[in-house]
Amino acid sequence: MSNATKHDLIVGVSKSTGLTQADTKIVVEELLETIAKNLESGKNIEIRGFGTFYTRIRKPRPARNPKTGEVVPLHKRVVPLFKYSNEFKGSISDALQPKPASPQ
Amino acid sequence: MSNVTKKDLVEKISDRTGLTQVDTKIVVESLLEAVSKALQQGKNIEIRGFGRFKIKERRARSARNPRTNEHIQVQAGFKPVFEASKELRKRVNDSYWVRNPVQESTPPPAA
Repeated sequence: MSNATKHDLIVGVSKSTGLTQADTKIVVEELLETIAKNLESGKNIEIRGFGTFYTRIRKPRPARNPKTGEVVPLHKRVVPLFKYSNEFKGSISDALQPKPASPQ
Repeated sequence: MSNVTKKDLVEKISDRTGLTQVDTKIVVESLLEAVSKALQQGKNIEIRGFGRFKIKERRARSARNPRTNEHIQVQAGFKPVFEASKELRKRVNDSYWVRNPVQESTPPPAA
């Protein structure tokens, strides 16, 4: 089970749309950049049927280096997150659920 | 703070690339579709500098309904997750501190 990269996606999209790979690549990269910029300015990006990109403030807490046991402070920080839409999440787990072919 | 929608993204991308909104929309939707398909096949998608869409396997476990105390068996399954890349995490965090500079020196949490 191999992973897909951005390039794989671009090749696939270009095939299914009939647009050139060059144009597709520009749009895909511009899309990722636009999402990143909106996250930077603290905005949520909601894509119906897919999910929402949003940011959260994490509270400061002391953490530990698990190897040395040393206490390292984790400062207040903002993290980007993504929540899959319920629809999308359902379609993935349905597609991956093994068929109930032979019980046990 | 209003949310940004797919339509907003398409308009913005079209402005910046000079491609028509129609073509841009087709590419954006086809991309989302490609991500969905890959995940449905159990593939992870790694986009350098942005993040990874991954499938996590969930083991079967027994859980409890906290309201009724009833025991339920939760089946094994698959859960899609997204991990933002280090670069994206840094960009988002750095820009937050540019927008909200620290006024008073907040003491770091006591060790």
